[in-house]
Amino acid sequence: MELFTRLILLTLFPTISSSQVIAPPSVDVFDTPNDGGGSITITWPLAEDIPEGTIYNIYIAQSAKGPFNKAATIPAKASLQSEDKATFGFGPETSMGQFVHVSEFIEDDEKLSLENENSYFVRIGVQSVGGETRGRIFEVIPSQQLFDWAKLNNLVLAIILSVVILVSISMAKKKDLFIRRIAGLEALDEALGRATEMGKPVLYIHGLGEINRISTIAAVNILSRIARRTAEYDTMLKVTSADPIVMSVSQETVKEAYIEVGRPDTYNRDNIFVAGTDQFSYAAAVEGIMVREKPAAHIMMGYFYAESLLLAETGSTTGAIQIAGTDAFTQLPFFVTTCDYTLLGEELYAASAYLSREPRLLGSLKGQDIGKMLLLFVLIAGTILSTFGFPQLKNLFTAL
Amino acid sequence: MLFLTRTLPVLMAFAFGIVGIAIFYIPHTGAQDVERELSLWLRIVSAFAYFLGLFSLLSLHWDKIRQRVAGWGYNLVALTSFGIMFLFVIHNDGVGPFAAQAKEGAYQWMFKYVHVPCSATMFSMLAFFIASAAYRTFRARSADAAILLVAALTLMLGRVPIGAAISETIPSLAEWLMEVPNLAAKRGILLGVSLGAIATSLRIIFGIERSYVGGGDE
Repeated sequence: MELFTRLILLTLFPTISSSQVIAPPSVDVFDTPNDGGGSITITWPLAEDIPEGTIYNIYIAQSAKGPFNKAATIPAKASLQSEDKATFGFGPETSMGQFVHVSEFIEDDEKLSLENENSYFVRIGVQSVGGETRGRIFEVIPSQQLFDWAKLNNLVLAIILSVVILVSISMAKKKDLFIRRIAGLEALDEALGRATEMGKPVLYIHGLGEINRISTIAAVNILSRIARRTAEYDTMLKVTSADPIVMSVSQETVKEAYIEVGRPDTYNRDNIFVAGTDQFSYAAAVEGIMVREKPAAHIMMGYFYAESLLLAETGSTTGAIQIAGTDAFTQLPFFVTTCDYTLLGEELYAASAYLSREPRLLGSLKGQDIGKMLLLFVLIAGTILSTFGFPQLKNLFTAL
Repeated sequence: MLFLTRTLPVLMAFAFGIVGIAIFYIPHTGAQDVERELSLWLRIVSAFAYFLGLFSLLSLHWDKIRQRVAGWGYNLVALTSFGIMFLFVIHNDGVGPFAAQAKEGAYQWMFKYVHVPCSATMFSMLAFFIASAAYRTFRARSADAAILLVAALTLMLGRVPIGAAISETIPSLAEWLMEVPNLAAKRGILLGVSLGAIATSLRIIFGIERSYVGGGDE
């Protein structure tokens, strides 16, 4: 019987010998899901009882007859499927299987990438002290997908939150909404009024973020509201930025605001400028303006880095009212310490809506709060369920 | 004209906003090519905007020199420094402006021995600013400030060897402060920021927030 078995094995795997480890029994080869193509995935069960030092070699050929070129080498017991949740999910079986994604191989000393819709032939070899055995050949065709299913939870959550916000916006037109008082924004009028009384300028300082950052866009929106007030009060507004695009957008925004309140004659393009494009050059330039020109109010909005404390601490020595807003949580403590008022994180985004008092914009704030309540509920439920050994809800909200 | 200044930007914000969101979920190379193309446009626009920025910076300094405003000497230093660096860039260690940037030469020397130390000086001033800001904040004038003072002292002691020498508990307490109350607050802020970012994006994409093009309050 044993002789019969060996005969069959030798027929199926011509290179096998009794001292060698056989190829993994159930290799699975398939196109890597949720990708832009050019990649295949090979999986096989984790073998607990194989000798130390055993490695799996992945071979790829462009024809079933070969030549087969080595594309990857994976040590036994390494690269478990549980390490790639986007492809294999959260099931307990993922810790019992190994995998490798292959996107290129070397043929005739040339690195070749896998091409979409081309057939490739894959086989796995198990190399141990006794030599190498190779498994059967699989055909696979890499392709690209139109939707990343691993991001489905993200899309569903984004749609739910968007619907909540949009419904709140549409409902806002029908009834009055209560919005909690934000001290930093209430103080804006006080700061602008003080500047007007003192006959001194208001200095609006953008952070270092570029225009594609949401906090910079929020800062531009706030600038628009402030520019309307300064235009009405006939107070000089100076705007510094570290990015030329932010400067250009700010110039247009302030100009539109001045036109809107009927004061285009008081708009001065030169008051909105790039003070420096390098982090510390920018900080030095703005500090110079603070010390020499002594504006009555410093309004710092956007994304800040280490320069936040340099700016805010220098500003506080000049006696100006300082209002800051940022979503950079590493810089929030510095602003809280040195500024009179600070908009914390989301308050920066809420500022434009809060200042405008426009019902539809206020509705979006209400939507944000409902969204936050939903997330809090999920957080609490997820924590309780995970504590009692049911991680499904937590897994559902895991970013893959 | 109103279409060009008001309606078109809102329409473009809608179109590119939707495309940007879609690209995030589509791994297809076609979508990724669009993303690359858009990034390229952004870089090209940035390059042109840099000329505007440069013009803005130079005219700002020039106007101050011309009007002899207080501290105009600093503006002169800034303009002169720009001129010198510009000449060094053109010279490019003798190989000219059209060759790849030289790894040696006057420009690199100025950058390494003038610009970098100046930036480092600004950065090092943070230490003194932190000390003065901390002094003001940590004066235990209220219960909140007192809690802040105790937390800060624990953390500072926990991060230096003397903390462990005083008591083994201090480093663990410092670690707990960072990993539990601090992390909880940080995550709370992040949640709010993410929702705020979604709401702001929706307001801009659907043209509800139009303050960046003027108007918006209907």
